[in-house]
Amino acid sequence: MKMRSIADYLSGNPFFAGLDTASVSELAGCAINVHTRPGEYLFREGQPAEHFYVITRGRIALELFSPASGPHVLDSAGPGEVLDWPWLIPPHRWFFDGRAVESTSVISLDAGCLRGKCEADPRLGYELVQRAAQTMSHRLQATRARLLDVYGSP
Amino acid sequence: MTAAPLLPRPFRVLATRPETADTTTLTIEPADGRPLAFAAGQFTMLGTFGGAEAPISVTSSPLAGPMEQTIRDMGGVTHDLTTAEPGHMLTVRGPYGTGWNITDGSGGDLVFVAGGIGLAPLRSALLEALANRAAYRRVVLLYGARTPHEQVFRDDLARWAAGDGGIALAVTVDRADRDWAGPVGLVTDLIPGAGFDPARTLALVCGPEVMMRFVAVALLDAGVPAGRIRISLERNMKCGVGLCGHCQLRELFICSDGPVLPYDRVADLMTVREL
Repeated sequence: MKMRSIADYLSGNPFFAGLDTASVSELAGCAINVHTRPGEYLFREGQPAEHFYVITRGRIALELFSPASGPHVLDSAGPGEVLDWPWLIPPHRWFFDGRAVESTSVISLDAGCLRGKCEADPRLGYELVQRAAQTMSHRLQATRARLLDVYGSP
Repeated sequence: MTAAPLLPRPFRVLATRPETADTTTLTIEPADGRPLAFAAGQFTMLGTFGGAEAPISVTSSPLAGPMEQTIRDMGGVTHDLTTAEPGHMLTVRGPYGTGWNITDGSGGDLVFVAGGIGLAPLRSALLEALANRAAYRRVVLLYGARTPHEQVFRDDLARWAAGDGGIALAVTVDRADRDWAGPVGLVTDLIPGAGFDPARTLALVCGPEVMMRFVAVALLDAGVPAGRIRISLERNMKCGVGLCGHCQLRELFICSDGPVLPYDRVADLMTVREL
């Protein structure tokens, strides 16, 4: 059986849809496969955001810890989804914990490497900024909708 | 509808099942022994003797089994209904309104999208689909709840998640603690991964109206035609037969033209204020 390369995975992911093969191969050069066990953290609040993650299997919960009430799961991302945008936007820091809720595999793209590619090729950079903005917009809209607490008690 | 559509019939409570802290499912039977025929998606005016009534969807299968209705305690008559006990007598008028008509989706994919207690009217259609599972390709249920503890029909969900019935089930919640290993987020987030063929899909959506607006747009974005998206609207139903006008939504009486309506017929109305 032929193994799928990282470039194959990326070209099939909605985030990278529409990018030409050469660009995807360039980006794949920044990437490695990472596997996490249930309960392991992919990143922690306050840490530098040194990677951009594409989830291929499993689920990552975005958590915020409160001393008064413990960890709160605010959001989650599953197969095909990406985390997140701090790799692109200063101060390049995680604002939440990213914990694997099950055995999870991700493609981990080095943030410095990605930014370097963006600076070297502004056309590619624009494409990635546009996609990151779409991701942010989608999550912002979903978060606003959840703020309504539509299922809440009357 | 019955020959005397406004005449209440006495029904006896056979059993009660708490779904969440404020939501209860009643199993009821007609005291006169005549079964009540209904279509999935229809509702009855369920009430107490000498008390008020509330429009309540039927949640059981239209094909077989005892009749079930799920009620959320919003105070008033709904409090009386959710606290009814086996043996209590209730009044039932109806059934009223339009159904989901899932057979329109025969040969294609059925996509159910439910939010909160909106799963109750969809469950009736789901059970109908499962009784005739071979008539459909992929059957998908996407369910959003506030928290894991506020899901209704948890026994059904556990069974369907285990593969019973051939349903592709995905559940998300708005907020969770670490005991929850599933998705956290808006129910629309479940649509891209649901694996249905939008060109051959009949989508049935029920939940809070704001949620249904978001879901309908997400289904349109996924390629489902507006005329193949059906939603169940809720307004202040009183008579149930389109006479009193309490549930009027411009040219529609939701109790008789609805509650189940194609999205392309109501999309514009749903964003008009004070209708």
